Amino acid sequence: MPLNLDPNITNPDEFYDELIRAHEGLTKDQSDAYNARLILVLCNEIGDRDVLRAALEAAK
Amino acid sequence: MVAVRYETTFKLYPYEKVAAQDLPPARHPVVIAGGGPVGLALALDLGQKGTPVLVLDDHDGAGQGSRAICFAKRTLDVANRLGASGPMVEKGVVWNVGKVFHGDGKLFDFNLSPEDGHRNPAFINLQQPYFERYLVDAIRVAQADGVPIELRGRNQVSGLTVHDTYSTLDVDTPDGIYQIEADYLIACDGARSPLRDMMGLSFDGRVFEDNFLIADVKMKADFPTERWFWFEPPFEGAGQSALLHKQPDDIWRIDFQLGWDIDREKELDPERIRTRVDAMLSSQSGSIPDYELEWTSIYTFQCRRMKTFRHGPVLFAGDSAHQVSPFGARGANSGVQDADNLGWKLDLVLKGIAPETLLDSYATEREHGADENILNSSRATDFMTPKTEVSRTFRDAVLTLASKHPFARPLVNSGRLSVPCSYDGFALFGEDALNGPPISRPSAPCVDASYQDGFLLDHLGGQFTILAFGGPAPASVSAEGVGTKIVHVTEPNEQMRARYLGDAPQAIYLIRPDQHVVARWPNYDADAIKTAIKTAIGKGA
Ligand SMILES: Cc1cc2nc3c(=O)[nH]c(=O)nc-3n(C[C@H](O)[C@H](O)[C@H](O)COP(=O)(O)OP(=O)(O)OC[C@H]3O[C@@H](n4cnc5c(N)ncnc54)[C@H](O)[C@@H]3O)c2cc1C
Repeated sequence: MPLNLDPNITNPDEFYDELIRAHEGLTKDQSDAYNARLILVLCNEIGDRDVLRAALEAAK
Repeated sequence: MVAVRYETTFKLYPYEKVAAQDLPPARHPVVIAGGGPVGLALALDLGQKGTPVLVLDDHDGAGQGSRAICFAKRTLDVANRLGASGPMVEKGVVWNVGKVFHGDGKLFDFNLSPEDGHRNPAFINLQQPYFERYLVDAIRVAQADGVPIELRGRNQVSGLTVHDTYSTLDVDTPDGIYQIEADYLIACDGARSPLRDMMGLSFDGRVFEDNFLIADVKMKADFPTERWFWFEPPFEGAGQSALLHKQPDDIWRIDFQLGWDIDREKELDPERIRTRVDAMLSSQSGSIPDYELEWTSIYTFQCRRMKTFRHGPVLFAGDSAHQVSPFGARGANSGVQDADNLGWKLDLVLKGIAPETLLDSYATEREHGADENILNSSRATDFMTPKTEVSRTFRDAVLTLASKHPFARPLVNSGRLSVPCSYDGFALFGEDALNGPPISRPSAPCVDASYQDGFLLDHLGGQFTILAFGGPAPASVSAEGVGTKIVHVTEPNEQMRARYLGDAPQAIYLIRPDQHVVARWPNYDADAIKTAIKTAIGKGA
């Protein structure tokens, strides 16, 4: 399964709003740590090592 | 004496003294205070339904400058129903190509290719004074046919007493003050609404506030008909975002988002404006095209709404009831939806067909509409003007990724264009026994489709309609004094199948006068339709 770089999120504005809200009240350090945990949770959901490798590349 | 607060572009309803000024107060079923886009659309709708309406405006025409420039499809569909959309679409500019920039760099282009089977484009760019003029032109045509609309220019509502079932208004004119009474008074008197102040009502829920420097620029040379939007424009003093948009008459509209704390005087200095405009216009070609500054203004807004739009016999519509940011062109467009929602309800109440509580549904439905607009406006603003470090990090990440990967582009938010509101779950809508496509579910506005030599919406008009796709011809149904028009599409085309039928071979829709779907069924059932009509006029169980 190749990395999907086409739009795939339903109701993107609502998602974005939720993402930003998740950081409400956090300090910069707390936000960074939260982001790191979030990335790891999402990576686990993906699982496929080839896809993860492609994602690491795409985000550069 | 009526003060002149602004210059007008078009004189549309010059002052004329009327006999009523020397007589005891006359009672009118509906008085509309304010002849902007909302007041005019409402007047046209009510008049065409046969309800007499008087419009009072403290000026004699449309104000100067472009102001609202982007008119959405739903507004054009409403204007089409009112017989006013032809010249709007003809004069308006339709654009397809947009470019999004971040700082010095271009992120991506997009091309909005129009979908088939719609009379009106997704939106047109048109200066607001033209929009108002074409509405007044349609009112003049209607008046010649005996439609009971009266416009009185330079008539300023200067005093107001609200009683239980009517209001008394002081009206100031160049010949002095006179009084009138109104069963229903509709305050369409704009964001600063003097009527709201006279009633001591607050304008709550300030979500955010901002200033926009707006310039209408007349270009003498060719310049592309495209929409250019910048996040963090690189031009000196250009603010948080900038927008360039084409209007008719070779005029381009430029908006600079300046933020809240600004020196208005300094920002309006033509030299300073020219410096920014030069930088923007030359940013892609390297050379400054020949242009003139036609109109400049600083537009200050707050994003907020009144707690409730109905106060007994006084109802608020348009900017007087709610204000949003210009991102997404929701100001004038949402106000026209207010008028569209209120017109038929007021008409049925005044004719004694519907209970006056039907007017409460205007308030609840359109308060919901305003909340949706404020939510969209807030999200766009949060994206454009990140409030925290982490939201800026995400915003910049989205922009960077969007230049490389299509997935991030839907997250880029430079304003979501006004789309019509649906009223899911509200009391006036009936059953979805068809389970058809979600786009035409009960409470949604009808979608257009090609039909015969024209379009489906042309056939619906402004009354309750039974719209049948396929199947046998339905018989008209009336309930509680409300009759129905029949539109029977014997052979639904592909667009109708996709938009109204889904897998069903046939369907019956009940449509209300503002062309929102009340209920839908797989088969004709007169009793079910009667029940739905009762529900739709607020007489349901
Ligand atoms: C500078 C500027 C730029 C804007 N840019 C945009 C934009 O880019 N996009 C967008 O969507 N919207 C924009 N808007 C907002 C848009 O113009 C409004 O949403 C729209 O005009 C609302 O229509 P309305 O009929 O509710 O009110 P208005 O158009 O404000 O009409 C109110 C009318 O009531 C009259 N009136 C006021 N007081 C009285 C009284 N006491 N008695 C009688 N009459 C009275 C006024 O003279 C006026 O004619 C802009 C507004 C301004 C001022």
